[in-house]
Amino acid sequence: MSPALGKDLLGLESLAADDIRLILDTAEPFKEISERAIKKVPVLRGKTIVNLFFEPSTRTRISFEFAEKRLSADTVNVASPGSSVLKGETLVDTARNLEAMRIDMVVIRHGSSGAAKFLADRIQSNVINAGDGKHEHPTQGLLDLLTIRDRRPIEGAKVCVVGDVLHSRVARSNIWGLLKLGARVAACGPRSLLPLGIGELGVRVFRRIEEAIEWADVLNVLRLQLERMQAGYVPSLREYYRVFGVTLERLARAPRELLILHPGPMNRGVEIDSRVADGPHSVILDQVTNGVAVRMAALYLLAGGRPELAEAAKGGGDR
Amino acid sequence: MPPEERQLLLDDRALARTLLRMAQDIVRQTPDPAHLVLIGVQRRGVELAARLAAAITDLSGAEVARGAMDITLYRDDLEVVGPKPIVGPTRLPVDLDGRPVWIVDDVLFTGRTVRAALDELADFGRPARVGLAVLIDRGRREVPIQADVVGERVTTSADDRVEVFVRELDGRDAVELVHVVKVGA
Repeated sequence: MSPALGKDLLGLESLAADDIRLILDTAEPFKEISERAIKKVPVLRGKTIVNLFFEPSTRTRISFEFAEKRLSADTVNVASPGSSVLKGETLVDTARNLEAMRIDMVVIRHGSSGAAKFLADRIQSNVINAGDGKHEHPTQGLLDLLTIRDRRPIEGAKVCVVGDVLHSRVARSNIWGLLKLGARVAACGPRSLLPLGIGELGVRVFRRIEEAIEWADVLNVLRLQLERMQAGYVPSLREYYRVFGVTLERLARAPRELLILHPGPMNRGVEIDSRVADGPHSVILDQVTNGVAVRMAALYLLAGGRPELAEAAKGGGDR
Repeated sequence: MPPEERQLLLDDRALARTLLRMAQDIVRQTPDPAHLVLIGVQRRGVELAARLAAAITDLSGAEVARGAMDITLYRDDLEVVGPKPIVGPTRLPVDLDGRPVWIVDDVLFTGRTVRAALDELADFGRPARVGLAVLIDRGRREVPIQADVVGERVTTSADDRVEVFVRELDGRDAVELVHVVKVGA
């Protein structure tokens, strides 16, 4: 148990604005560690972290692994392709077996919403949600916040999430985090891909990408999962690009300089124009860099610490 | 809060005099002041390093490179105290290899901070020599570390606090010893 953040990081919905700011502020000094020749600090030496990935992931898993290694933790990767259905017994048994080997933390990616919390309630180790179904992907939300904050204050910023909001845990974590930090949030996409009742969260809805571009300071362009087309949510990829694609021509008509985010992996020519992805407004690679720093901060804040000894130790150090 | 007694150890003029003497000591012990690097330990050490660097430039004419170091991530007591929420920045803008490097901190107490600073320094390079300059040495070491340059030595008990105030952060220059009065003991 850490006094700073609690046992687990499951989502941004359950965090207070101050907790979110604490993670972002803590990420700042961690950025510098990745710029060093020796990219390693000993703070999590001796901690064992299991990356438990029930869904394929390259970027998030590598980012977590870099974060863990740069803090000197020992890491084990368990990738279990297969069922997207939450098989409670299997998941808990896997985790309990890992705990029997004396681990300290689990980073979990799972296809079922609520899987991370399900696990966190049943094991003693710290749990970090690396994406659970359509629910949340908190470290992605945090790295998006950090990337926006690097360029402009979040409070008062107008941020529009574009695309498949309905199926997107990235969108959900973004919306919670942005609202808590005082941003104005909108969503834009085909009616079939926007959740019903999204307006009740205080999220404005744009049906046309041109309107969203005219309103926004920041666009967070979501990946269009290609299987959504087969499922009939969008008629065709070409049609989607024609109506909702974030293109250079559309951005050229924006009344102000926009910041373009994308959580990756990108479908160039589907949700985003290559010239935009590689252009001056894009902070997509900054997001990747910030992802490592934010994950280092989350790991650091959750790890270690026995508060009952903290009082006794206060008089002991140099400060 | 138990009652406290505050005792002024250094006022602003005494602090300025002490820093000047420390700067002279550092120059005397550094054969090659032109390559000197002063690294302040966050937070107050950074301000003290800046003042020492200015004084050394006045004395020797040499420009002194400066850096700042936060040793939180190198501490040996994360398990005990839990994460210290805000970690300060580490900025070491110059290559340390082969240069005389001085670590500057406000108070030397158990020595554990300096131990951590030495570990962190080793990740950045291999200085020709590492010195330690502290404004106050309050004794009660827990590891075998001593300073090369000391502004003032003070005898303290374990519960005492030595508080250093600097203009840049606190609006005034002073060093105070805070003695906690045990009641009913």
